Amino acid sequence: MIVEAKKARFSEPLRLKSGAVLPEFEIAYETYGTLNAARSNAVLVCHALNASHHVAGSYAGEPKNLGWWDNMVGPGKPLDTERFFVVGNNYIGSCFGSTGPTSVNPATGRPWGADFPVVTVEDWVAAQARLADRLGIERFAAVMGGSLGAMQALQWSLSYPGRVRNAIVIAATPRLSAQNIAFNEVARQAIMTDPEFHGGHYHDKGVLPRRGLRIARMIGHITYLSGDAMMEKFGRALRRAAPGFDFDVDFEVESYLRHQGDKFAEYFDANTYLRITKALDYYDPAAEFGGDLAKAFARAQADFLVISFTSDWRFSSQRSREIVRALLDNRRVVSYLEIDAPQGHDAFLLDDARYHGALRAYFANISL
Amino acid sequence: MTEVETMARWVAPGARVLDLGCGDGGLLKHLWKTHAAHGYGVEIDDAKVIACLGNDVNVLQMDLEDGLAAFADRSFDTVILSETLQAIRRQEPLLREMLRVGREAIVSFPNFGYWRARIQIAFAGHMPVSKELPYQWYDTPNVHLCTLVDFEALCAKLGFRVLERVVLTGGAPVSLLPNLLGALVIYRVSA
Repeated sequence: MIVEAKKARFSEPLRLKSGAVLPEFEIAYETYGTLNAARSNAVLVCHALNASHHVAGSYAGEPKNLGWWDNMVGPGKPLDTERFFVVGNNYIGSCFGSTGPTSVNPATGRPWGADFPVVTVEDWVAAQARLADRLGIERFAAVMGGSLGAMQALQWSLSYPGRVRNAIVIAATPRLSAQNIAFNEVARQAIMTDPEFHGGHYHDKGVLPRRGLRIARMIGHITYLSGDAMMEKFGRALRRAAPGFDFDVDFEVESYLRHQGDKFAEYFDANTYLRITKALDYYDPAAEFGGDLAKAFARAQADFLVISFTSDWRFSSQRSREIVRALLDNRRVVSYLEIDAPQGHDAFLLDDARYHGALRAYFANISL
Repeated sequence: MTEVETMARWVAPGARVLDLGCGDGGLLKHLWKTHAAHGYGVEIDDAKVIACLGNDVNVLQMDLEDGLAAFADRSFDTVILSETLQAIRRQEPLLREMLRVGREAIVSFPNFGYWRARIQIAFAGHMPVSKELPYQWYDTPNVHLCTLVDFEALCAKLGFRVLERVVLTGGAPVSLLPNLLGALVIYRVSA
């Protein structure tokens, strides 16, 4: 499937949850399949921390640049683009094409950098609703995402109850635990204490806080995998013939983490990382209801599919069961799968036959 | 008369139903089509859970042994446990939970007092193997088999009222000597 990245520009200001106002913004997006005449077959796919609007397929002349969820989305895939009109989007505040800290601030003519406001999941969804308006989509057949993308699917059902028929919520949590926030804070500290960070104004100095980003990514990666998956993948295998009794790379896992960190530091923006982790930390739809998640979901109208993975310790199955309980308390239509997969949080990106089989069956029963 | 027909007769139109150990969701789909009864199935097996999704039945993948904490008190009209009781490790807490979350419970199980079972033990000297109990003793999921008399004694102990009982053998109702001549038994109980 050859796909094309597009941009939509919105000149009406967007008031953010923080009170700040984004005077104008762009959303990078891609679409796959065809919107039917009744406009009833649109599915919005939301991404997690480091992915983008490039969900499926590849660009002309770049066959290796496959979308991040290409195993899920495409012709004949569980989310079948021959039946559904799928919209991938890059949320605002990210660094892959939508307006974010690396974009030019219209007030100064220079990159926003540290001046870009802190955005929230609610803000992302509000911006996505503008994109839906632009594309002529009154109501989505489904909004779907994993991890941070699942929070967007949840929030869609709360911000725009009448605009979502199905919310597909994978490897999710309704709120971060103290431990989750703690990991995010260590990652942010790694970035902010990098001497090249310069309070977020590193662009002005012509440098990048690569060390901080590397460490942030290494910490993140540890939490995306289960202990078993890591042991299975790397064990205690050495990179060299014998231990060096120094601090160069001894173990495979060290080499892997350094490689992941290096790669990430080249393409990801530090100010973006700070803001996305804050958006995660702040997300808590139950907060305005005294912590009562069931009350928060009282306004939801969608049907829900909730999927968790047993070895996911970042957002454990228990968190998904809390979502299910809140939905049951509101007598929502909901199905819940707890897939016994060993890979940890990252399992939502893999192509486990049960996981894909469940989504295939679910989508087949969405009437158009 | 089948088990499904019996259960369907006991479910009110528009009722909210919870089916524990719901398999592929066939019963819930039937109740939806014939009674506009809606609800959820609970199932642990991956393939059956996916079959439920294929049948457009709401399904929750959970282990019944962990209880029914996902469900609020009195949130269902009827909670069904179809031919699953004998495969549960701890009957008492589950039965109590069923009548916590539901107004009524429907429970069915293969009757271990059925004469064919008795004969296999008494005369052939081996554990019964039959259409209702197709397993060998070493590979059976049925860890707690019981008879009508046993179940009714447990209901009495738990303070449950037996509202109705249907005993079936080969699809035909049995009224004479049910604990001896009945292969499958279906109860409707309340707290």
